[in-house]
Amino acid sequence: MATGTGWSESVVGLAEAKMHLARAGTGRPILVLHHDLGSPERLDFYDELATRFDVLVPHHPGYGKSERPQWLRSVRDVAVIYQWLLAELRVERASLIGLGFGGWIAAEMATMAPREFHRLVLVGAMGIKPPKGDILDQAILSYIDYARAGFHDQAAFARIYGDVSTDQLVEWDLCREMSFRIAWKPYMYNQSLPHLLGGVRAPALVVWGDDDKVVPTSAGERYAAVLPQARLEVVRACGHCVEMEQPDQLLRLVRTFIEEN
Amino acid sequence: MHVMYFTEQPMSAYPAKIGLEFGATALMFSNKYFDPLAGSRLYNEYLEQYIYAEEMGVEGFMLNEHHNAPFCMQAKCNIFASILAAVTKKAKIVLLGNPLPLAENPVRLAEELSMIDMISKGRLVAGIVRGGGQESLAAGVNPAFNRERFQEAHDLIVAAWTREGPFRWEGTHYQHRVVNPWALPLQKPYPRIWVPGVLSQETIIWAAQQRYPYIALNTSIEATKKIWELYDKVALETGYEAGPENRGYLQQVHVSDSEEKAERNARQFLWMQGEFTGLAHPVWSNPSGYFSPALRRNFVEFAVGRAENPRGRPTFEQQVKDGRVFFGTPKTVIPKLRRVLEETRPSIYGIWGNDGTVSNEDARTCIRLLGQEVMPAMREIGKELGLTDPFELNAPVHLRYSTDLKQMPQAAE
Repeated sequence: MATGTGWSESVVGLAEAKMHLARAGTGRPILVLHHDLGSPERLDFYDELATRFDVLVPHHPGYGKSERPQWLRSVRDVAVIYQWLLAELRVERASLIGLGFGGWIAAEMATMAPREFHRLVLVGAMGIKPPKGDILDQAILSYIDYARAGFHDQAAFARIYGDVSTDQLVEWDLCREMSFRIAWKPYMYNQSLPHLLGGVRAPALVVWGDDDKVVPTSAGERYAAVLPQARLEVVRACGHCVEMEQPDQLLRLVRTFIEEN
Repeated sequence: MHVMYFTEQPMSAYPAKIGLEFGATALMFSNKYFDPLAGSRLYNEYLEQYIYAEEMGVEGFMLNEHHNAPFCMQAKCNIFASILAAVTKKAKIVLLGNPLPLAENPVRLAEELSMIDMISKGRLVAGIVRGGGQESLAAGVNPAFNRERFQEAHDLIVAAWTREGPFRWEGTHYQHRVVNPWALPLQKPYPRIWVPGVLSQETIIWAAQQRYPYIALNTSIEATKKIWELYDKVALETGYEAGPENRGYLQQVHVSDSEEKAERNARQFLWMQGEFTGLAHPVWSNPSGYFSPALRRNFVEFAVGRAENPRGRPTFEQQVKDGRVFFGTPKTVIPKLRRVLEETRPSIYGIWGNDGTVSNEDARTCIRLLGQEVMPAMREIGKELGLTDPFELNAPVHLRYSTDLKQMPQAAE
């Protein structure tokens, strides 16, 4: 990232593929796991986090600038790769912030290593079957329509993505292909996950936009119910992409939560 | 020259206006507009038309299937193939084809096809396709692995037909404890496989590597020539020289007893193209991972409505000019067909005779004129031009049965 806030980029070889990683700041380590649409290069949310924490923002395998491991077939595999990444970087007691699809990965990671993480933050997380409603299926939506569905206020969409370049569309298509490769059926959830979350020892904060059109709030309620130490916070006037639409509110919630001992 | 009759078997009795209003006529266009009473009538009319076609001298039926759309009523081509295997006597039953990636159990497909081959007494051509993108969505099958599944299902079906069972199959997409079907094809080594396609270079290359005939679906003469350039090149690299026996073509040709009526009915070929709506949203037709990565950049702009369809949507007049649609009486149509035969030299020719709301009576007139006048003339022209088809030539069913390879390459298994 070309930046004034100290972001450094690196490439880490893991599981037969090269992973792109951006990292900035010092303090408690936080692994931020992005949406199924990949991640913009820069977000105020990332920059602000980096003023207090050691923030790691990788691109998921097969998304953005990370190579696609041809063998990869499940979101659990992605979670394992991230455990590997943290081991490789010798990062201990990280907190996880999972955004949407990234929330699914974070939840899987927490079930795999229940005592490993400091805090778990799930924001509009996919990964479990919503008790009411369905996860919005991008397979029958055009690229821009799906991205727009992530926002309550379309002005917020425009602020982040502007006129949507061809490069951005190509990236979204690549991300979508990768999501199909690992989360096609059942679409964007794991039937086992809710039964495994009870083992997680990290305190969890579950955050949902009050107008999330991608993942129904009922999924957030379920997460908060099955995770042993969890609370649900609903952000007003906000869609699925809370970190892009209401970054200040999310920061306020996250900072306090992660800085607690 | 092998000439066959084709129709999409349109479900023409649906409210087209509502389809236009909805903006799509596939996948998400509600089946509440499907009328089983009309469906029953149409299925039986189409069936009668094939029987009539054989009586009129048609020597092959080309059948296909599609899902969740009015433009094609066949949800399973093996069902019509089974019926025709029993009620017709001589015509080849050419499936173009079974959408292999949609199969969760290709061994079952192998069994069905073996049964059809035996019941028809060896008249089956078991063509294979990838299936349209919206078919992946309709079947819930991952579009990102469509091509991998296509090739693996093919390998498994051929193994089920040719390897002595029982054997075990441990593939990437298919795993079977026991492959040992107690139904095997009558034709040896196995029924001919032809591969139709429109756009993907990957499919042309794969077909040429297998030495399977490729059937260009309604492409313009120029596009068809490019397809054969690629096929011929891959064939040479693979060790053989491709000829007319490797080339098939499907063309929209409506014949009638008058030019005016022929033109009116030929305009129905646009019915299937959905007029303003297209058949489906681009991301349904081409879900991510389904199409060639080389086309990604052009496709995404089209998919969000900022660019024209890369395949174009030419008007009826343009399609006639490009030689993709022919219409007329046998007298005026035969010279046009001769030109295509001369220029692109296929030995397999599908005549897509009827579509849309063409009446049963006009469809039967078309079939009669095709069977009695147009197709015999084409076969004569084929002889004159040396367009020997795979049956006449006894061409190898697959590369591995070739005896004329320049250097013995690894068969692309």
